[in-house]
Amino acid sequence: MARKLNLRIWRGNRETGALQNVTVEANEGEVVLDVIHRVQAEQLNDLAVRWNCKAGKCGSCSMEINGKPRLACMTQVASFPEDEEITITPLRAFPVIKDLVTDVSFNYKKAMEIPAFEPPVGMKPGEPRMAQMDVERSQEFRKCIECFLCQDTCHVIRDHEENKESFAGPRFFIRIAELDMHPLDILRNRKKKAQEEHGLGMCNITKCCTEVCPEHIRITDNAIIPMKERVVDEKYDPIRWLGSKIRKREGIL
Amino acid sequence: MTNQIERHKYDILVIGAGGAGLRAAVEAREAGLRVAIICKSLFGKAHTVMAEGGAAASMGNVNDNDNWMVHFRDTMRGGKFLNHYRMAELHAKEAPDRIWELEMWGALFDRTKEGKISQRNFGGHEYPRLAHVGDRTGLELIRTMQQRIVALQQKDKAETGNAESNIKVFAELTITEILKEGGKVSGAYGYWRENGAEVLFEAPAVVLATGGVGKTFKITSNSWEGTGDGHALALKAGANLVDMEFLQFHPTGMVWPPSVRGILVTESVRGEGGVLTNTDGERFMFKYIPDVFKDKYADNEAEADRWYEDQDNNRRPPELLPRDEVARAINSEVKAGRGTEHGGVFLDVSKRIPAEVIKKRLPSMWHQFYELAGVDITKEAMEVGPTCHYVMGGIEVDPDTAAAVGVPGLYAAGECAGGMHGSNRLGGNSLTDLLVFGRRAGMGAAEYVKSAGSNPVSEAAISAAAAKIQAPFTRTGGENPYKLHQELQEITHNLVGIIRTKKELDEAIVKIADIRKRISNVTVTGNREFNPGFHLSFDLDNMLLIAESTAKSAVVREESRGGHTRDDFPAMSPAWRQKNNISSFNGTEVAVKQQPLPVLPKELFDLFDPHELEKYMSPEEMAKGGSN
Ligand SMILES: Cc1cc2nc3c(=O)[nH]c(=O)nc-3n(C[C@H](O)[C@H](O)[C@H](O)COP(=O)(O)OP(=O)(O)OC[C@H]3O[C@@H](n4cnc5c(N)ncnc54)[C@H](O)[C@@H]3O)c2cc1C
Ligand code: SF4
Ligand code: SF4
Ligand code: FES
Repeated sequence: MARKLNLRIWRGNRETGALQNVTVEANEGEVVLDVIHRVQAEQLNDLAVRWNCKAGKCGSCSMEINGKPRLACMTQVASFPEDEEITITPLRAFPVIKDLVTDVSFNYKKAMEIPAFEPPVGMKPGEPRMAQMDVERSQEFRKCIECFLCQDTCHVIRDHEENKESFAGPRFFIRIAELDMHPLDILRNRKKKAQEEHGLGMCNITKCCTEVCPEHIRITDNAIIPMKERVVDEKYDPIRWLGSKIRKREGIL
Repeated sequence: MTNQIERHKYDILVIGAGGAGLRAAVEAREAGLRVAIICKSLFGKAHTVMAEGGAAASMGNVNDNDNWMVHFRDTMRGGKFLNHYRMAELHAKEAPDRIWELEMWGALFDRTKEGKISQRNFGGHEYPRLAHVGDRTGLELIRTMQQRIVALQQKDKAETGNAESNIKVFAELTITEILKEGGKVSGAYGYWRENGAEVLFEAPAVVLATGGVGKTFKITSNSWEGTGDGHALALKAGANLVDMEFLQFHPTGMVWPPSVRGILVTESVRGEGGVLTNTDGERFMFKYIPDVFKDKYADNEAEADRWYEDQDNNRRPPELLPRDEVARAINSEVKAGRGTEHGGVFLDVSKRIPAEVIKKRLPSMWHQFYELAGVDITKEAMEVGPTCHYVMGGIEVDPDTAAAVGVPGLYAAGECAGGMHGSNRLGGNSLTDLLVFGRRAGMGAAEYVKSAGSNPVSEAAISAAAAKIQAPFTRTGGENPYKLHQELQEITHNLVGIIRTKKELDEAIVKIADIRKRISNVTVTGNREFNPGFHLSFDLDNMLLIAESTAKSAVVREESRGGHTRDDFPAMSPAWRQKNNISSFNGTEVAVKQQPLPVLPKELFDLFDPHELEKYMSPEEMAKGGSN
């Protein structure tokens, strides 16, 4: 059953822009990305939007729908009441390039600042033995599709450009946690660095990031809070810190 | 004009940031060369990210009877012996090392009880062979390699002060042309998607790793990137495509609701025990076991069910036949009126596997059906039908170096290269193909550059490339590229689809030629800033070449084999098994000629039971017993 849908789509570039009203047909089962594509093919040929997989797997189609950070390919049109107008705007935390496309290079810069995975010296390919239970913690964080919705929603940088320099954001807190909990990673002080260099201390555990994560990664409960707790521990108890690294090494065998 | 364009100089350009491109870039960088990686979407979003089931490598972690020879045999069988034997051999031998290496770069695969990398069953693979991470293996692969590249950049930063001094990613940039001087590669030309600004890359070697062609078809599992750019760039640069008639229609794509039609339902669903039934409730696959597979697949439910517990003493369930067989079977059931109202059949895991196990082993499938179709796969059956998934055909390459035949300096790896998979690819063989031949392409290109040196681009070549980019804006009153794309997809879907006939293929060739005439008139509205209409006008030109090459190869191959089924020639022909279809392009149209398939050498020939080979080969071939 087709229905008429009233959209307000943000159109503009780096300098200026405004919401534009569009009326478009929507069919049963369609997601917001489908109707954006219909607008693009039939009315606004040059409407800019990012997407790839259309299956919630690549994290390209991030935007704000009625003010909420969402994946357009996973947002059902039917989830909005029949007569509701749907407002579609670009991610607010990042500079607009054009229409719904933003400049997310901030995130790639932050990725570069996190020291890479470091396996034990002398370990040969094929040698590692790890228990499923031990890899699962990091696997949760490796589900991340880099949609950057968590970055977009986090109030520390959402309206505070000045914080971007010193704050890596939730996506990269889980990256640090992933490496820290990785049974083969031997680099020390990851948690301490998260606190001192990547701005973990600026996070006040509002959990907004967890709420928007399309992969349902428990960013705050499983990454941020444990890292904060252990940073506190480690600051006071050097023996325990050593113990945790030794336990991690034992995981290798 | 030409002195204002952005210019870059590198040793090697890698076009494509999927598994193949990233692996090639790592290899070339580690050989000490300066590398540019260019891709149409953001870094880390390439199509490889969507791969679900796993990566096939005979590590023997789950069943230690497995080894490269068994894997090689399965690959050749799956490809119906049309594979380039040398590619299948290199792939089977090197795949385990490529997987283990990922682990040293931080990848975390699911584990066996002993703590090794776990391996799962997949169609056409004799033993559990697919290394996997739940059903998001492609994401793990691409993220691992992305992070490997970041690690190399961090090292460069420590040494040179600039992270991008030796390896740089140019994301959201489309390459429109491979440049040549004196018959050899000299660079590539393209535009930034963001603002349409043109860019010139000078480099003596180019690795094409641009992925597939699915967007040429109406129902596909591929993303917008799958427009066959590398295939087309290679053709235009004077390279050949091999066997473009072979397209894999994955048997299980979503069919409902319409907006998700084509999205993949991973084969792991069947690997984990999913059963296919028609609307009569019949488990129909037992009816479709071809003679060549009779001794490997169970012909009754009881044995098929036992196989999940005891693989040594039972034959496999027919749901796990190679993809071409399953896709054709579903197609026949639907045509016979035993399909669902949406034109699919049922695939069910809910009866065999407990809900919590389904959610754990197939998390993204659960998610996908729940969110997009409102179906809870732990309780109900899924509706599935064939979707265009993978192109076996591709750029003709030398197996050892991945060098494109006929164009010095051009290399190709991954889905855009041909030969490896013959007429049909086994699931899981692509991800390891990307790693094995991505690495070889990086190596091959690095060796070439070290001996060949640089090859400057001429001003004439630059102006010609620039003129092509400007063209769609200077025209007026022509057609809309979206409409032409839809028209092309209708033609390929209706006339060059799963089941083909000469009459329909002839019709397709005429219609494709007609679109080609009209495309030279396409006009684009708006300006160059992130303009999807403008982008599509280039992609469309590539897809037309793919469609033309596919239709022309399909019409001459008078047999049915793997991903090419002719209603008018339903059997395999031993004579056609010995031939590759080679497409080339003269600037106006694609020509297809036949070339002998390289013959299996004796040591590989002897790995097979002669009774099996007899089903594919002529008595003369059998008598020779291999090439040497
Ligand atoms: C849904 C799905 C599931 C799959 N599951 C599996 C699986 O479980 N196991 C398996 O083995 N295989 C699987 N496959 C197949 C496999 O994923 C692909 O064959 C493989 O990922 C292709 O990788 P690639 O590196 O060749 O190219 P891609 O990953 O497709 O990357 C192509 C790259 O080239 C770039 N590019 C293209 N054209 C241009 C241009 N003109 N200019 C600049 N850049 C360009 C793109 O931007 C992109 O970065 C699956 C495929 C699909 C669609
Ligand atoms: S929990 Fe921390 S990181 Fe997450 S949104 Fe709140 S402040 Fe930001
Ligand atoms: S953690 Fe979740 S929300 Fe954040 S980038 Fe990753 S997938 Fe997106
Ligand atoms: S298009 Fe890939 S997540 Fe939406």
